[in-house]
Amino acid sequence: MSTEQLPEHPEFLWRNPEPKSSYDAVIVGGGGHGLATAYYLAKNHGMTNIAVLEKGWLAGGNMARNTTIIRSNYLWDESAAIYEHALKLWEILPEELEYDFLFSQRGVMNLAHTLGDVRESMRRVGANQLNGVDAEWLDPQQVKELCPILNINDNIRYPVMGATYQPRAGIAKHDHVAWAFARKCDELGVDIIQNCEVTGFLKDGNRVVGVKTNRGTIHTEKVGLCAAGHSSVLAEMAGFRLPIQSHPLQALVSELHEPVHPTVVMSNHVHVYVSQAHKGELVMGAGVDSYNGYGQRGSFHVIEHQMAAAVELFPIFARAHVLRTWGGIVDTTLDASPIVGTTPVENMFVNCGWGTGGFKGTPAAGLTFAHTIATGTPHTLNKAFALERFETGALIDEHGAAAVAH
Amino acid sequence: MLLISCPNCGPRDETEFHYGGQAHVPYPENPNALNDKEWAQFLFYRDNTKGIFAERWLHSTGCRQWFNMLRDTLTYDIQAIYPMGTPRPDVTVPAAAESGTASTAADSTTTGDSAPSISASSIAPAATPASATAPKGATK
Repeated sequence: MSTEQLPEHPEFLWRNPEPKSSYDAVIVGGGGHGLATAYYLAKNHGMTNIAVLEKGWLAGGNMARNTTIIRSNYLWDESAAIYEHALKLWEILPEELEYDFLFSQRGVMNLAHTLGDVRESMRRVGANQLNGVDAEWLDPQQVKELCPILNINDNIRYPVMGATYQPRAGIAKHDHVAWAFARKCDELGVDIIQNCEVTGFLKDGNRVVGVKTNRGTIHTEKVGLCAAGHSSVLAEMAGFRLPIQSHPLQALVSELHEPVHPTVVMSNHVHVYVSQAHKGELVMGAGVDSYNGYGQRGSFHVIEHQMAAAVELFPIFARAHVLRTWGGIVDTTLDASPIVGTTPVENMFVNCGWGTGGFKGTPAAGLTFAHTIATGTPHTLNKAFALERFETGALIDEHGAAAVAH
Repeated sequence: MLLISCPNCGPRDETEFHYGGQAHVPYPENPNALNDKEWAQFLFYRDNTKGIFAERWLHSTGCRQWFNMLRDTLTYDIQAIYPMGTPRPDVTVPAAAESGTASTAADSTTTGDSAPSISASSIAPAATPASATAPKGATK
C-alpha cells in the first residue's frame, strides 16, 4: 500500500447564478444530501428548473466535517435496504458522475469489547447476511491479521473480543463527492446558489408557495429541506416541529503519516472510529457532546476521551500529533434513524435526522428524497422513515449499528 | 468545556454533570385523554432552540441534585441557573444589561494598554450606543 495520488485541484465546476424569481422546486441546503437530491431530481425525474440554496459555501457544513465512512451493516430490514442501496450507488457513482472521488472499499470493522457487544455484533452479522449485506464475524486473531497495528492484548480496559467486518465498506473523499454532484447538477441545468440563506417561507393556507431569502423571494411549487443540524430552525419557520435534537459532534486529524492503517476501525463501546485518509492523516471521530448545540464546536473532554480510547487500541498513535480538531452539528432522532418524507405543510418535504452517519447515506437520501419530492409519495426505500413513525410507534432502533452513541 | 455553577456546590467542570434535555416539559395532566399524535409530541418531540434554551442538568458526581439552566445553544453562554420547579426567569433585560457592561469592560481593558485616558473617556459616550445595540442582539 502506498500513499495515493490525489486528483488535481479542480477548476470551477459550476456556475454561480443569480437566483431566479421562481423555480419548479427549491432544495434548502447545499451539502451532500441537497446536491444528491437535486441531481436525482434532474436525472430521474426530468426536473431541471430547480435551485439548491446554500446559506454558506457549497458543502461547508457536515459534508466538510464528517469522517467519510461508508458502510451498510445496519440491523433492521428497513435500514439495511436503504444503506445497502446507498452502498451500491456509491459503487457506480464515480463512473456515472465521471469523477473519481476515490471511493476506497478497504473494509470496515466494528469492534466488540464486551460479551454484550459480541452477542449484538453476531446478531447483526446474521441479520446482514439475511439482507444480502456482506458481513462476517472476525475473532481477535483475524482482527489482528487485517489491521496489524490494533492492540488485541487482553490486559487492556476494553479488550478486543472480535469484530464485525464488511469488506465492501470504506471511505471516499468527501469534498470531491460534493463537487462531483455539483458539477453534474450544473450540467443538467440546476442552479446552485451559495451565500443564500433562507429566512422564511411563503404559504398559501397550509401550502408552501415560496421561499424568502437574504437574496430576495423565490416562488416555487415544492420545497425540500436538506439542512441537517438546522432542520428544526427551518421547520419552525415553516410552522411545524421535528423530533430532532441538534448536538455537536467532533472529529480530528493527525499530521500526515506513512500508510499504517489499512482499513477502517470503529468502536461503538469506547467511542472512537479511525481510518487513514488517502493523503496520510489519521482521521478520528468522537462521540456526540451530550448537550444541544449549534456552535460547531464541542467540549475538550470528549476529544480527550476519544484519544484515550484510540491510544489504547492503537499504541503507535501515542506519538502522533493532532493537527486539527473541529465540530459539526448533527441532527439526532430518538431511534437513530433518519426522517425522509412529507411534512405537515403541503408541498414541503424533509430529509433530516441522519444524525452521526449521514455521509454514507448521501446517494440513497438523494435518490429517495428526489422521488418523494417529484411524485409526492415516498419511494419504497424511505417509506418506513416517515415522520409518522413517531406516532405509530414503528420506530427503527439503530442505536446498536449507528456506532456513535447519542 | 462548560464551567457550570451548581447551586449547591459552586462552579464545577462540565464532566461532573449529566445533561437532562429540555426543561419545563410537564407529564400530561390527563394521560388517558391523549391521542397518538399528542403522545408522540410528549414522548419524542422537544424544542431544538437555536439561541437561549431552558434545560435540565444533574450534578451527578457532586450533590446529585437536578437544577435548571438557561444556556445559549449557539454561543454556549450560560445565562441563568435556577431551581427545578420554578418558572423560567426572564433574562432578556438583565442579559442585555450584563452583556452591555461586559463589553464595555472588555473595551476598557483592550484599549487600556495603549491609551488609558482615552479609553476611560470613551466609556461614557460609548455606553449609550452599546446599551442601545445590546437588546437588538438579545432579541435575535
